[in-house]
Amino acid sequence: MDMSTIILYGIAFILLVISIVKDKGKTKKAVKKGWMAFIKIVPVLIPLFLVVGVVLSIVTPQTIKTVLGEESGILGVLTGMLVGSIAFMPPFVTFPLGAELLNNGAGYPQVAAFVTTLMAVGLVYWAAEVKFFGQKAVALRNGLAFLASGIVAIVVWGVL
Amino acid sequence: MKQKDILLSMFKSKMFYISLVLLLGLFLLDFLGVKIGTTVTDEKASLGVSALVSAWFQFVSMLKIVPPIFLMIGLLDIWVPRETMIKLMGEKSGPIGVLIAFFIGTMSAGPLIAAFPVAQIMLKKGARYANVLFFLTIWASAKLPILFFQATTLGVEYTIVTNITLIIVYLIGTYGIEKILSHEEKKQIYTIAENAL
Repeated sequence: MDMSTIILYGIAFILLVISIVKDKGKTKKAVKKGWMAFIKIVPVLIPLFLVVGVVLSIVTPQTIKTVLGEESGILGVLTGMLVGSIAFMPPFVTFPLGAELLNNGAGYPQVAAFVTTLMAVGLVYWAAEVKFFGQKAVALRNGLAFLASGIVAIVVWGVL
Repeated sequence: MKQKDILLSMFKSKMFYISLVLLLGLFLLDFLGVKIGTTVTDEKASLGVSALVSAWFQFVSMLKIVPPIFLMIGLLDIWVPRETMIKLMGEKSGPIGVLIAFFIGTMSAGPLIAAFPVAQIMLKKGARYANVLFFLTIWASAKLPILFFQATTLGVEYTIVTNITLIIVYLIGTYGIEKILSHEEKKQIYTIAENAL
């Protein structure tokens, strides 16, 4: 388990103890509320993770290397953003892949476009996110993340 | 609704059947001997099985952070009065609300899906929409442990340049989105949040 997860458990445990000391009845209610909040997202989680699994088995680091390896310039940035929006990868796969792409000769702006959209734009998450915030808000959030990734690529182009 | 009904409601969701069809499609590709994705590098692998394994790993990594996050959602709902949240992250909270949103987003762990219920409880308690959205965008891209990992793999300079740019764009963008959404649309988002918990 990584550090932040341990800290999260630590904080939650301390808060729980304080809550129990202050009021047992209220604590019971809080635990019940938390549990129900979790139960409510399970029907969303299972289809989501199945879709994520499908995407992960089709869009592998190898696939991405072949797609992003050759493109450069603005077309490379756009391809990176597109692939990053559709694909899904955990961060511990994303960054080493980005580093490898750089080693294989891809440019910083293209890799930045890919990595940033991969993290922030979640087309895979779309259906799940809509259940929480509604269609328009989700479209706007993903649009903002896409735009931000484009700007990041441009800034990286100028600075690095 | 009872727990069982909520869990069974999955079988009424379109997404569930779409995901099943996609999964079956992978097994069909396996059967036809089509080589894409994982089967390109590993001849003997099965697309369908590898999808199920990945899905399971994602689910487990989510479960790891479920106890602390949902416990805190429950505690927050019971102990923190609406007035406190409004004061800290509400319409008139100003820079303090933004800083709190940033701090919670960057100190968190886990996939974005875990951030959605947290965002909802903030909305339910009266946090400003732009602040909650800012929290979500930070959770998605600038989590502290991820930043350290990013610095070691892609370089310190890259990490600093990209994340400062992201934070600035997000800061402006989230307020922009708040402006774009009409009063009714925002009200609807708050209503979803109020009914969810």
